[in-house]
Amino acid sequence: MDAILLIDFGSTYTKLTAVDIENEEIIGTAKALTTVNEDIMIGFNNAFKILKDNLKKEDVNFTDKLACSSAAGGLKMIAIGLVPELTAEAAKRAALGAGARILGVYSYELSKSEIDDIKSKNPDIILLAGGTDGGNKDCIIHNANLLAKNIKNVPVVVAGNKNSRDEIEEIFKAEGIYYKATENVMPRLNVINVEPAREVIREIFMEKIIEAKGMKKAESFINGILMPTPAAVLKAARILADGTDKEEGIGELVVIDIGGATTDVHSIAKGEPSKPGVTLRGLQEPYAKRTVEGDLGMRVSAVSLFEAAGTRRIKKFVPDTPFDVEERCRFLQRNVNIVPNSAEEVEFDEALGMVATEMAMERHVGVIESVYTPMGIIYSQVGKDLLNVKYLIGTGGILVHSSNPKKILSAGLFSMESPNYLKPQSPDILIDKTYILSAMGLLSEKYPDKAIRIMKKYMVKM
Amino acid sequence: MKKTIVLGVIGADCHAVGNKILEHAFTQAGFNVINIGVLSPQEDFINAAIETNAEAILVSSLYGHGEIDCRGLREKCDEAGLKDILLYVGGNLVVGKQDWNSVEQRFKDMGFNRVYPPGTSPDTAINDLKHDLGVE
Repeated sequence: MDAILLIDFGSTYTKLTAVDIENEEIIGTAKALTTVNEDIMIGFNNAFKILKDNLKKEDVNFTDKLACSSAAGGLKMIAIGLVPELTAEAAKRAALGAGARILGVYSYELSKSEIDDIKSKNPDIILLAGGTDGGNKDCIIHNANLLAKNIKNVPVVVAGNKNSRDEIEEIFKAEGIYYKATENVMPRLNVINVEPAREVIREIFMEKIIEAKGMKKAESFINGILMPTPAAVLKAARILADGTDKEEGIGELVVIDIGGATTDVHSIAKGEPSKPGVTLRGLQEPYAKRTVEGDLGMRVSAVSLFEAAGTRRIKKFVPDTPFDVEERCRFLQRNVNIVPNSAEEVEFDEALGMVATEMAMERHVGVIESVYTPMGIIYSQVGKDLLNVKYLIGTGGILVHSSNPKKILSAGLFSMESPNYLKPQSPDILIDKTYILSAMGLLSEKYPDKAIRIMKKYMVKM
Repeated sequence: MKKTIVLGVIGADCHAVGNKILEHAFTQAGFNVINIGVLSPQEDFINAAIETNAEAILVSSLYGHGEIDCRGLREKCDEAGLKDILLYVGGNLVVGKQDWNSVEQRFKDMGFNRVYPPGTSPDTAINDLKHDLGVE
């Protein structure tokens, strides 16, 4: 039988998914600890052996082997722009959508100490933006000069004012900086254009970063590490929502991924005001938007989650817990591999998942504000209105293994307690029970129609 | 090259019609108009001017609170590095029947280069702007 092998080199586990492409079925999954420090292939082979044992009855021939990766710290990026709310924010959104982990966002003309700061964070790629097309170019040229003189070994994506591009290319060429120039992330005021920058980031990821992280070796056995894992999830979400040339999509949706270290939210939706008389303000939102909350996680970030939420907010979801909230969070952060056993432990984990969901959604969705004017109250909206999104999809360990994923995800729904957050009102809730979203993002590179049909089949409605 | 200007209605003011007319008139007159629209705080004018390298900021205020909304705009521009950027303001700037000369003087004291009373034709401001920017 012919099959396709999809690989996710995660930060902790290397996960394999085998897909029977003819019948559009998942025929097996397996995972083993990622071994990026010694040799990435050890972990892969361990997982591959488990997978083969599971499939032993059948003679499987893998025609394609495609991978995504968030190992070795994922894709670490710095975003630089001019005004914090404008090009710096647009650059940040472009990098997030490319599946990056943002180490820092910088604006205006950089100083020497900021350059040192960037250096010490050890980024994989720097995204340099600033100015609308035809707008300010002094700032981005100043920053290009400083980067070129002081940071020689980090690839730079140039996505700023097009009128500055020639000059920046000269600067980088003269200093021997590896760079790629592309379209401006904000060509006109408040208009964003993140796709070209995302694509270039992915190119550099494949050409340079894989090798820099010592994963080149994997490419002799597999066909390629195509993208960072979060980019694969966003891609899967997008295909599932929009459909393909032949297959219809399911419509606007939100994906929540609650992990040990971060909580990611992806929304595939236009986000325009759903109520009449609302004025939209601020920077345009990307149709496919990803936000990452680095302080909201179940294990590695349990203490920062506690610090962000506080005892009362966590207790709201688990009022009768025998644990001291702060102590339990510190315990979980110290013991990141712990699996909850007793009913109390499970309940506490669920509460953490609910708080993470609630807060990550609040930060992702748009906010409506009432403005008091001489003409009466009017409403202004900043961000995406997701009230009418049709599906809320959950993925990540806590949701996949929970017996009560619907309860956890419900914390991300619209609530009259805080009606100014434009969260989904009554979506259908789906769970990525077989953990296939990132794998389907990869599969869709080659077989988009099959990827969407498999997703429709394997997402479980709650 | 076209001169870039930032246009918008300041404060909690949502009068959108005049804003559209001005956008049309200044675009027709050959300017690159960055229209930030209604309900715009001072910071939005300034941020837009920085990113787009604008040479003038045109502020409209129709609802009578212009004096409160415009206070400090010049100082914030100075702070943001927009040195000597042209600031124009026009509309129903104050409430009630006040002497225009004193109104104009108050806004000039705030650092506005040109101040226009209600009923001003867009052409007047366009001609002034061309003159102030040295383009004909």
